[in-house]
Amino acid sequence: MVKDGCAHVKPAAATDLSVFLLVTWSLWWQTGHEDHVGPDPPRSESNCLLRVQEVSVALKQGQVTPTELCQRCLSLIKKTKFLNAYITVSEEVALKQAEEAEKRYKKGHSLGDLDGIPIAVKDNFSTSGIETTCASNMLKGYVPPYNATVVQKLLDQGALLMGKTNLDEFAMGSGSTDGIFGPVKNPWSYSKQYREKRKQNSHSENEDSNWLITGGSSGGSAAAVSAFTCFAALGSDTGGSTRNPAAHCGVVGLKPSYGLVSRHGLIPLVNSMDVPGILTRCVDDAATVLGILAGHDPKDSTTIQDPVKPFTLPSLTDVSKLCIGIPKEYLTPELSSEVHSLWSKAANLFESEGAKVIEVSLPHTSYSIVCYHVLCTSEVASNMARFDGLEYGHRCDSSVSTEAMYAATRREGFNDVVRGRILSGNFFLLKENYENYFVKAQKVRRLIANDFVNVFNSGVDVLLTPTTLSEAVPYTEFIKEDNRTRSAQDDIFTQAVNMAGLPAVSVPMALSTQGLPIGLQFIGRAFCDQQLLTVAKWFEKQVQFPVIQLQELMDDCSSVFENEKLASVSLK
Amino acid sequence: MAAPMLRWCCPGRRFAFARVGCGSCHRRGPPTGSTSNGKRGQSTVAQQPHITAQKPRKGEREWAAVVGLEIHAQIASNSKLFSGSQVHFAAPPNSLVSFFDASLPGTLPVLNRRCVEAAVMTGLALDCHINRKSLFDRKHYFYADLPAGYQITQQRLPIAVNGSLAYSVSVGRKPSQMVTRTVRVKQIQLEQDSGKSLHDDLRSQTLIDLNRAGIGLLEVVLEPDMSCGEEAATAVRELQLILQALGTSQANMADYEIQRQINELENGGEILNETRSFDYKLGCTVPMRDKEGKQDYRFMPEPNLPPLLLYDSGSLPPGADPQQVIDIDRLRERLPELPRVTRERLVRQYGMLPEHSCALLNEVGLLEFFQSVIKETRAEPKKVTSWVLNTFLGFLKQQNLAVSESPVTPSALAELLDLLDRKAISSSAAKQVFEELWRNEGKTPAQIVAEKKLELLQDLEALEQLCRSTLEAHPHVVMDLKRGNPRAINKLIGLVRKATLGRADPTAIKEVLERQLSS
Repeated sequence: MVKDGCAHVKPAAATDLSVFLLVTWSLWWQTGHEDHVGPDPPRSESNCLLRVQEVSVALKQGQVTPTELCQRCLSLIKKTKFLNAYITVSEEVALKQAEEAEKRYKKGHSLGDLDGIPIAVKDNFSTSGIETTCASNMLKGYVPPYNATVVQKLLDQGALLMGKTNLDEFAMGSGSTDGIFGPVKNPWSYSKQYREKRKQNSHSENEDSNWLITGGSSGGSAAAVSAFTCFAALGSDTGGSTRNPAAHCGVVGLKPSYGLVSRHGLIPLVNSMDVPGILTRCVDDAATVLGILAGHDPKDSTTIQDPVKPFTLPSLTDVSKLCIGIPKEYLTPELSSEVHSLWSKAANLFESEGAKVIEVSLPHTSYSIVCYHVLCTSEVASNMARFDGLEYGHRCDSSVSTEAMYAATRREGFNDVVRGRILSGNFFLLKENYENYFVKAQKVRRLIANDFVNVFNSGVDVLLTPTTLSEAVPYTEFIKEDNRTRSAQDDIFTQAVNMAGLPAVSVPMALSTQGLPIGLQFIGRAFCDQQLLTVAKWFEKQVQFPVIQLQELMDDCSSVFENEKLASVSLK
Repeated sequence: MAAPMLRWCCPGRRFAFARVGCGSCHRRGPPTGSTSNGKRGQSTVAQQPHITAQKPRKGEREWAAVVGLEIHAQIASNSKLFSGSQVHFAAPPNSLVSFFDASLPGTLPVLNRRCVEAAVMTGLALDCHINRKSLFDRKHYFYADLPAGYQITQQRLPIAVNGSLAYSVSVGRKPSQMVTRTVRVKQIQLEQDSGKSLHDDLRSQTLIDLNRAGIGLLEVVLEPDMSCGEEAATAVRELQLILQALGTSQANMADYEIQRQINELENGGEILNETRSFDYKLGCTVPMRDKEGKQDYRFMPEPNLPPLLLYDSGSLPPGADPQQVIDIDRLRERLPELPRVTRERLVRQYGMLPEHSCALLNEVGLLEFFQSVIKETRAEPKKVTSWVLNTFLGFLKQQNLAVSESPVTPSALAELLDLLDRKAISSSAAKQVFEELWRNEGKTPAQIVAEKKLELLQDLEALEQLCRSTLEAHPHVVMDLKRGNPRAINKLIGLVRKATLGRADPTAIKEVLERQLSS
């Protein structure tokens, strides 16, 4: 149900504590961390086509053709192969789609805003005729006979499917490091911004061993968008899997409201929390893609019945009627000081522009991680039961008995992380444990969801929080902890949102002192995705996050995104 | 919409035994084992995990059977419970399998409205409380013909609860001594059927056919209120009638099962709580798969299906799309006449015996056949009942045919009974005509009568002539009669009939003979 009144702003009183915090933030703001704000983004690739809207106009005006666009993205995919962002590159499919799009443009009737625009899809969405692996041995070689609804909707709009992106096995992880195809490397590891800072900080020049993780589990999609190999990508978000890598890769990561976008064809992690996520280079693009994906799907009974109209985001000029909530529980000791200060700065930015910024409380936040663990593993245990080697996917050689075949197939097919979650999930679902774990976790989930309801009922329009504890860390650093610990740490700000089914978006705000992107998260009321994105768009405009400079990567790529034809096109 | 057509499917059974002291073993013991073990216990009756005979000495104790039943009736819908696959019998293996049925990753269940309607109507017919909100759960177990690794069922909150099923059993020797018994209906739940495993022992492999996987089932759980196989069979039969079955069911398996459990207990064995299926070839029940004895089904709410909400005329949300909601009251209005009511009506309307009304309903299509004949004939209902239940049903049974396969149409029988009614033919001729009808499809009774010259002699003068000559030809029989042997008249009648080639009505012959003898 799409609720009315999302745009209405209700006044609410700030508590004493919040006033104190605001003062603190103000101080930080005044003392300034100029690095974070930066001068106007050094858009060196000034003639780049970065955004869907821009490229859509260029396509309509004939300044670039879908085939050219497709070939450029394909060559960039090849150039950035070492990022390991893609598991499958669907070159032939994409070129054929481009050819068809080109015909349409010549005739003057494109299918829509995405016609001829390259996109990528996380490899846990079913794609008809294209291998869909979930980065698992279990599904290696599995070619689905149907398209996920979201994939179909993009294709119906004429989007070009460049390929399937890398992830943690079955989306279980927060680093995109735990799939059978190996870890995804963060494009920012190779950016001018990061390299220069590293030189300044006189680190050893052993660069390649110090590459950064993308975050996860949709790290492949985030890297693909960040490295310009596509204009938008689908991720999935169960506990933060879209927003987390978006923050680490300096792109926009949107987790829509649960029930707004169909999950049909998304290979599930936790059905009651999974949502297809959208990764783009700007908020407007995310809104464009959401407009295409949102709406009832008869194949997914959990999607809303109400029709969803396509929308364009208004440009907010006045935020004085907005009430921004700052959840005090999100100020955890693990939060890096840099992220903390940027968070404060963002709050102050809203306040200085007239918005009401108040501290709010989400008292059950601290139970979120353990609650998530029980619910997630339980559903995982159930969802993974179908992978028995009979109908599809991996099957072991053993033919001693059906049971022996199941056991060997599942041992060979799943990695330790997946097997571990199946094991705990089955434990929680046992008759003697069900009440104590699963039912209890469901109750806690209700309390967590109610926390948000209470906050929004008190007049808050949007919550502002960090997306991640810190910027992306080097792979060597990341793997010092196991997947479970990492997931628990990294999902801390994102995963309660999934429990409550709310929309949330991570917007890149600034670069850290290391030259790495830091994103902040906005959380909106259920089914008020549009309002959420409107606020995010205003924020995006204020912070002017710099474009990643992948010059060294791009140089030999013969000005991939620069085109003589486009010299005259003025881009923002 | 027609009433839900429910096809029969093999019933699962639950048994518990109550040990009773000396005395009648036909009386039920206390309702043991009817407690469910905790909230998550499998919602079945006779829930004792196992019952052990404490003193395993043969024949020392008598055991009273307490029979509860879990009956799975396949819902006759065009498509499956959660997918759009067609439901058909005898289709080539794996030809009716959607991506969801094969549990391809990413597929989601979509509830079939018709199956819900079937469940609601069944619930209403069994006087159940229809839950305005019911839930779906996943029941996990690994089995080759269960592709998802779990079955979607209604464990926590089923669609209908607390109903009752009345059935009549005959007590004593005479079939007319009928007593009405009632068994409580614990619940009715919607669930998926599994696929079929075919074991090829020769090549030691198992073949899986998923055509059946995902077909909608109604699980009707009957409380252990029955005490023997006959009662259980009658209750199941009654339920079958209520569900307007298309097929037949061999509910007699219960007797075998009770005996097996008694033997087992007396031998000191344990009765595991298990699902057994009836093996027609072996004539005994065999364990299907080891149910909860060792299994923990790890029930979990099905997260892809929102709660199933039903409405009545009072709670129907205004402006609701009729395609999106189910109105219980509207379904109630469309309920067909239930078998019990039908039987009472037959007794009242046609003055037939209660057991005849039962017999008419017990054969699929027989009642419709009967009613068609009644509509088209002038013959007395009693006559029609007798012909349908004796002659017609007898022929069907002899050749093991269903009513729908009968070569004789209701119209043909009606015409035949009309001929009989206006004394155009004798009843023995009518039998002959019926046999002909059975053999020669396409010919009308009138044609057969004409061809075989079976019509009764309507020419009274001719009959009188024949009688006279018969009397003259058999003076010793006449003498015999006059000496006071009353049976001699029958002999004379027989002789006249023979002379008329069976075309004269014996009553008419008797009349003429008596007149001639007395004159």
